[in-house]
Amino acid sequence: MPEIDELLEQDAGESQEPDAGVTRRMTLNMGPQHPSTHGVLRIVLDLEGETIRKAVPEIGYLHTGIEKECEVKTWQQVVPLTDRTDYLANLSNNLGYCLAVEKLLQMEAPPKAQWMRVLLTEVTRINSHLVWLGTSALDVGAMSVFFYCFREREEILRLFEFFSGQRLMTSYFRIGGLALEPPRGWQKWIEKFLKVMPERVDMLENLLNENPIFKKRTQGVGYISLEDMLDLGVTGPMLRGAGLKIDLRKDKPYSSYDKFQFDIPTRTENDVYSRYLVRMAEMRESLKIIRQALDGMPEGSHVADAPKVVLPDREKMKTQMEALIYHFKIVTEGFRVPAGEAYVAIESPRGELAYYVVSDGTSKPYRVFMRTPSFGNLQALPTLFEGYPIADSIASLGSMDFVLGDTDR
Amino acid sequence: MEFIIISLVKAALVAFVLLTLAAYLVWIERKVLAHIQLRVGPYRVGPHGLLQPLSDLIKLLTKEGVMPASVNKFYYLLAPFIAVALALVSISVIPFGNEIEIFGIRTWMQLTDVNIGLLVILAISSVSVYGIALGGWASNNKYALLGGLRSAAQMISYELPMSLAIVSPLLIANTLSLREVAQAQSGFIFGFIPNWFVFQGPVPQILSFLIFLIAGFAETNRVPFDLPEAENELVAGFHTEYSSTCFAAFFTAEYINMVTISALATHLFLGGWNPAFPEPVAGLVPVLLFFGLGLVLLYHATQTVKTRTWDKYSFPVVGLIACGIGSIFLTPFLPLPDALAKIAQAIGPLFWFAAKTGAILFLFIWVRGTLPRFRFDQLMRFTWLFLFPLAIFNLMLTGLAVALWK
Repeated sequence: MPEIDELLEQDAGESQEPDAGVTRRMTLNMGPQHPSTHGVLRIVLDLEGETIRKAVPEIGYLHTGIEKECEVKTWQQVVPLTDRTDYLANLSNNLGYCLAVEKLLQMEAPPKAQWMRVLLTEVTRINSHLVWLGTSALDVGAMSVFFYCFREREEILRLFEFFSGQRLMTSYFRIGGLALEPPRGWQKWIEKFLKVMPERVDMLENLLNENPIFKKRTQGVGYISLEDMLDLGVTGPMLRGAGLKIDLRKDKPYSSYDKFQFDIPTRTENDVYSRYLVRMAEMRESLKIIRQALDGMPEGSHVADAPKVVLPDREKMKTQMEALIYHFKIVTEGFRVPAGEAYVAIESPRGELAYYVVSDGTSKPYRVFMRTPSFGNLQALPTLFEGYPIADSIASLGSMDFVLGDTDR
Repeated sequence: MEFIIISLVKAALVAFVLLTLAAYLVWIERKVLAHIQLRVGPYRVGPHGLLQPLSDLIKLLTKEGVMPASVNKFYYLLAPFIAVALALVSISVIPFGNEIEIFGIRTWMQLTDVNIGLLVILAISSVSVYGIALGGWASNNKYALLGGLRSAAQMISYELPMSLAIVSPLLIANTLSLREVAQAQSGFIFGFIPNWFVFQGPVPQILSFLIFLIAGFAETNRVPFDLPEAENELVAGFHTEYSSTCFAAFFTAEYINMVTISALATHLFLGGWNPAFPEPVAGLVPVLLFFGLGLVLLYHATQTVKTRTWDKYSFPVVGLIACGIGSIFLTPFLPLPDALAKIAQAIGPLFWFAAKTGAILFLFIWVRGTLPRFRFDQLMRFTWLFLFPLAIFNLMLTGLAVALWK
């Protein structure tokens, strides 16, 4: 990148000049391998003492080519790929993609699948926020919080394993519904989860909320004006931490979110601490939604009645000829999606996640574009860094909450 | 001649015990931290990971030392040497217990009693900044440089409140020799409150004890003041470019410094080797403690836990060792020949000294598992605008009180 080259040249030039009595600047290369860049992000810093004068981020070190790869997979095969972009909120990605394709197919998942999707994406939200909390607390030096968060996350991963057989790359949502029927006794698991989780969130808040050092490190740090954030395309908890009540679950409900009662927590301080509080409150709201989803779970099938799209029941396949034919067609060449384009945005734990899907009428997507929240949030990095000391920049880096896999896809 | 031999023997003993202690302190820290963080910690090497320090040592000493091409070789190699040598030197003036008599030789449990012992320690801790600052500078690495800069500023700043905190108990004790400082704290107020400087009149030194502890955390670069090696900001801080033996030297120095600070705090504020309870309770406390530990372990050895097969063998052994140590503490109560009785008298003070130092060391570890890290400017503001004035205020208060009532 030209900006980075410029900085590096300036550094090389300066080290040969004799000291001219001015404060000398230092160019510091942070990353791609650095404990706090949460993945492989490279940031080149122009330092004056410990104060950052200029920060140039460079992404692309985790480029996977997933968006391109989607074009050679069948519609259904794309779902596991979406898992691998934002690997901390995989079910949200699944949901976004499935909703976009379902919009193209002009079908809707049955109520049970919709409610189950809501339930599990909210669990995902808690999962993602826990990892965020652990790592960003570690960034300001609170080591133990990390391990407490991962204990809670372990329970969520076990829950995912129980539902889908996978801990991380669940791929549990399918176009037209769910991959599998929820396993027997899942209510008990959710009930157990709902029982322990509020206490655990309380415990985490007790550790940090009134901790004077934590407050000193986070309050008033990482300010960026709301207008700038909107211009840069920042979404999610960062906006809500700045007082903007924006949440796609309320503003543009999808997957029956309009049938749930929940609040959108907002703060007005617009700093790292307020983003922390917003995320903690969101975890509580998610627990509320999970409770409602559990209590009001509708009866019925977990997949839509669309034999051309949804794989038939195993039993039917062995007894009915049509089911066998559909099964053969779907497995060998996939289903066809009418030509057209669809754009669906959902609220992922990190912010606005959107899938723009284009079909040319074949069984493979023509283009799958992901508008990922991590990429948008990362745009705020130079503004958040410049003028702050290194230590603060680490705290605000954590508060942005990005996943590099999601940024580079 | 006799003096030289005794000194050499004592030096060897202290160095051996201290280095082993530093190694096991790492193990204890990892274990305690692990249990705070819901983990089990080292578990593989030896029963409950007890041989982990040994394997770490072998690993660190036999690994290839990578020296980057761009370093300033002389200072790069000098820095860890300064760090570890000074850390070892400063322990030499700290007494571990009362005067003892072994085989007719009367000696103090202390390497050397310098009559300005405390000044020696302060001087050495001032110089030990060079170890870190030079290491950071000579590495020719920007992260290391920032770490070295931070630590130089931090350690110099925190030395002031630390020295001022030390001065107050010295005013009361009216001596600079650590041995005499400890002796000035023997006895009990009203027969049960130990006559330590944290409790002793005219001004109980609680304030300066806290200041000393905080400054001690900063001096040893521990959480919440571990900015020189702040992992999340500076990768590994001043020792980023160090590996193998050189890294081990820095690592050991940090832990020995912790022991020194804790021992110093014990001597200055917690009564040194003086027991916390009047006799004969003081003599019974270690007995009960070790026998209790032994019995608990022996009991647990009989309860079989499937996942922990090693415990069947390790628990009885450790339990019996604990009982054995407990019975050693019983010896002062037994009718013994004169020579043995005198040795037995020596272990009581040693226990109390070790217990108090251990308690402060545990505090070091506990804090590490609990608190986040300060920011650099907050750290400096904290010492100059809060700790330093507080220490001066405390010093003036103590000085006034000593002038009026002593």
